[in-house]
Amino acid sequence: MAAFTLKINGQARQVDVDPNTPLLWAIRDGAGLTGTKYGCGVAQCGACTVYVDGQTVRSCSMPVSAIGTSEITTIEGLDSKEAKAVQAAWVALDVPQCGYCQSGQVMSATALLSVNPTPTDNDIDLAMNGNICRCATYVRIRAAIHGAAKSLEG
Amino acid sequence: MTVHDTKLSRRTLLKGSAGLVLGAYVARADKLFAQAAAKPSINIAPNTFLIIKPDNTVTVLCKGIEFGQGPFTGMATLVAEELDADWAQMRADHAPSNPQLYKNLAFGMQGTGGSTAIANSYIQMRQVGAAARQMLVAAAADAWQVPAGEITVDNGVIKHASGHEGRFGEFADKAMAMPVPADPKLKDPSQFRLIGKEGVVKRLDSADKTNGKAFYTLDINEPDMLTVVVARSPKFGGKVASFDATAAKAVAGVVDVKQVSNGVAVYAKGFWPAKMGRDALKITWDDSKAEKRGSAELLQQFRGLSKTAGKLVKAEGKFEESMAKGGRVIEVEYVFPYLAHAAMEPLNAYLKWDGDTAYARYGCQFPTPDHMAISKVLGLPIEKVKIDVLLAGGSFGRRAQQSTHQAIELAEVAKAIGPGKPVKLVWTREDDMRGGYYRPYCIHRMRGAVRDGKIEAWSDTIVSQSIMKGSFFESMMFKDGLDPTSYEGSNEIPYDVENFRCDMHQVDVGVPVLWWRSVGHTHTGYVVEAFVDELLEAAGKDPIEGRLALLSKKPRHAGALKAVAELADWKNYKVPAGRARGVAVVESFNTFVAQVVELSMTDDGPKVHKVWCAVDCGVAVNPDIIRAQMEGGIGFGLGHILYAEQTLDAGAPVSGNFDTYRSLRINEMPEIEVVIVKSTEKPSGVGEPGVPPLGPAVANALAKLGVGRPRQLPIVPGASA
Repeated sequence: MAAFTLKINGQARQVDVDPNTPLLWAIRDGAGLTGTKYGCGVAQCGACTVYVDGQTVRSCSMPVSAIGTSEITTIEGLDSKEAKAVQAAWVALDVPQCGYCQSGQVMSATALLSVNPTPTDNDIDLAMNGNICRCATYVRIRAAIHGAAKSLEG
Repeated sequence: MTVHDTKLSRRTLLKGSAGLVLGAYVARADKLFAQAAAKPSINIAPNTFLIIKPDNTVTVLCKGIEFGQGPFTGMATLVAEELDADWAQMRADHAPSNPQLYKNLAFGMQGTGGSTAIANSYIQMRQVGAAARQMLVAAAADAWQVPAGEITVDNGVIKHASGHEGRFGEFADKAMAMPVPADPKLKDPSQFRLIGKEGVVKRLDSADKTNGKAFYTLDINEPDMLTVVVARSPKFGGKVASFDATAAKAVAGVVDVKQVSNGVAVYAKGFWPAKMGRDALKITWDDSKAEKRGSAELLQQFRGLSKTAGKLVKAEGKFEESMAKGGRVIEVEYVFPYLAHAAMEPLNAYLKWDGDTAYARYGCQFPTPDHMAISKVLGLPIEKVKIDVLLAGGSFGRRAQQSTHQAIELAEVAKAIGPGKPVKLVWTREDDMRGGYYRPYCIHRMRGAVRDGKIEAWSDTIVSQSIMKGSFFESMMFKDGLDPTSYEGSNEIPYDVENFRCDMHQVDVGVPVLWWRSVGHTHTGYVVEAFVDELLEAAGKDPIEGRLALLSKKPRHAGALKAVAELADWKNYKVPAGRARGVAVVESFNTFVAQVVELSMTDDGPKVHKVWCAVDCGVAVNPDIIRAQMEGGIGFGLGHILYAEQTLDAGAPVSGNFDTYRSLRINEMPEIEVVIVKSTEKPSGVGEPGVPPLGPAVANALAKLGVGRPRQLPIVPGASA
């Protein structure tokens, strides 16, 4: 066990965990933020997607000891205009079914729109194909990303 | 499995297949839940279903579990319609475990499955809303001293011409204490302003499922709680021979290690130390009673059996005589793999046991049997056990456990460490994927004859494991010793064929199996629709015209087929070069779904570009949720048909995660267009019926493209290797 100070959503959080503990479990069990989900543990499904210094990361596969002073953003800390547009579009189209993967989907979609305000279908495929949705809400995810992009134009 | 008329007696209700099944089982549960025995069998008491708060919110307690298929929104729609509530004031939550108050009327026990949520609640929940409205009006009439008949309710506002105006919250306490009207009057469908309307009702759970606030079992984090992972046998049926927990206990954060009947449980402060502790366990397994056959051996056995006649399920006309007359005779074999459900949230559950009472919280799909299992393991009276149902991250059948294996394991891990230590049992993805309870491995051998452009003979020999054998369902659901969920759809094809037979070999394999989204129809729908297409091709008929000509007794199949033909412009559409289209129509759970698929071939197998879908589910309660379930069912069906299988290596399941159990991803998702067939029939379910037609429609399109109908699934070999 070792004590780490993680900067999550702008707040310093103390977690006392083994250095090899994946960031996901430091966030969930250590910091008590449960919006970030466990789906596979091997960076295959994207349910655990967070930002580390603004970059999307599969938190299940990054040890907490590698974080250092980097800034972590979880679904609870999303507040950019792109995030708000994505979440509004998700609700407008009733995208979620079981909802368990959707934190990760919203994180990835927000990251996409932050760097590419007018993504094509192909851009969406490339940015989102690391996020599995077993309910297969993909049709609405795609439509919602286009919808969010459109709302950001105005 | 559907029950629509709450005026039916309990006896009549239980005559339905599943109701009949569970009747005997529930007779036991009824005794155990004795405090409720005096209640009427169909509960419409608003104070058991609705929480009306001073802020005027109306929370509907949903009998079934919400795992994406939409019952929260559906139940709230039914209540709000009759209550004349404003949709903005509606909320939903899960009802706790209580089979008398919250039983599924199609099952006779509390539980979700068989796409019954709307079907079994359509009248009941409307009656709850109508009764509540009547009681609120009576309370207002009393307060205002005006005749109840002069009061109106509109969009959550109670009004009287004298100028009195109020909302539900202020009258709720008084209203809920009133006697419940026995037969509250329901609206005529022409008066509906929510049911079946577009754009009025939005899902109640979308916002929380978009901002991380939706609360699942994995999110439980109580003080003093221990996270538990269990090391289970790599082979099904293996037992712990001996184990050494020294290294496991040395892992920081590990609190204890205990043997349970299913393996060895590691208790820790948090998931990661629990998993590290489990990795450090040294276990010797006793495989003497374990299943040790691999996939190749099963294929050989199943294939051999499929070439012999099985136990007769149904026969009409003279099949063998007709076959002997020759013509175009076709015999084909279809092989279906074991499939994992692989819901996004692996199995998990929480239990707090203090020695005298137990309180469980989890995404529980069958509360009644689970409740009984927990009480039995802990030796507690049933009323000392409580289950609160939580949102679940998908199920697809996996959480509907007639074996109650997870509830038993949960209670055992709590019992093993002793009272006063709350436990959260967590399955890893690998535990979930390798943990069995798969869609059964099965083979269908199809034989048929076409003469003079007519399908004269048809037979289907099925080789499959039984899902229900050994469970409480067996004694009442089995027919002539066979499990109907293995042949449903194959024994009664919708098409007019004079000489027909269906027979089955029911095989025992030591791999636990379970219903998997649309159950038998996932394979019977495939073979019936691929085979009719093949025979129609041999007969020189158009796939849709040919089917329609054989559907003389099946107007709703025909209706769905015509609707999809129109949507896809079947006759005039110009299929782009290099692509082909295929069609299929399947009834499952009283819902009729027809789909047209357009695809091409790539180096990575078929690429499905578009799916047109027509669904007839009777009265459409929530059109947008119906469309969502068709979209999701198509994606779920497509991913598995193309890529997924669980193989066995000397009895041990091979795939443990999504790197080898390939799941559909967004770039593989087709465009989808859905039309809902207008209907005044009783509403039926939509959670499962979107799945079955997709596979055969893909197969039939591949045949049209010249690739041939895939005989062994998944279509892309090695995708899951």
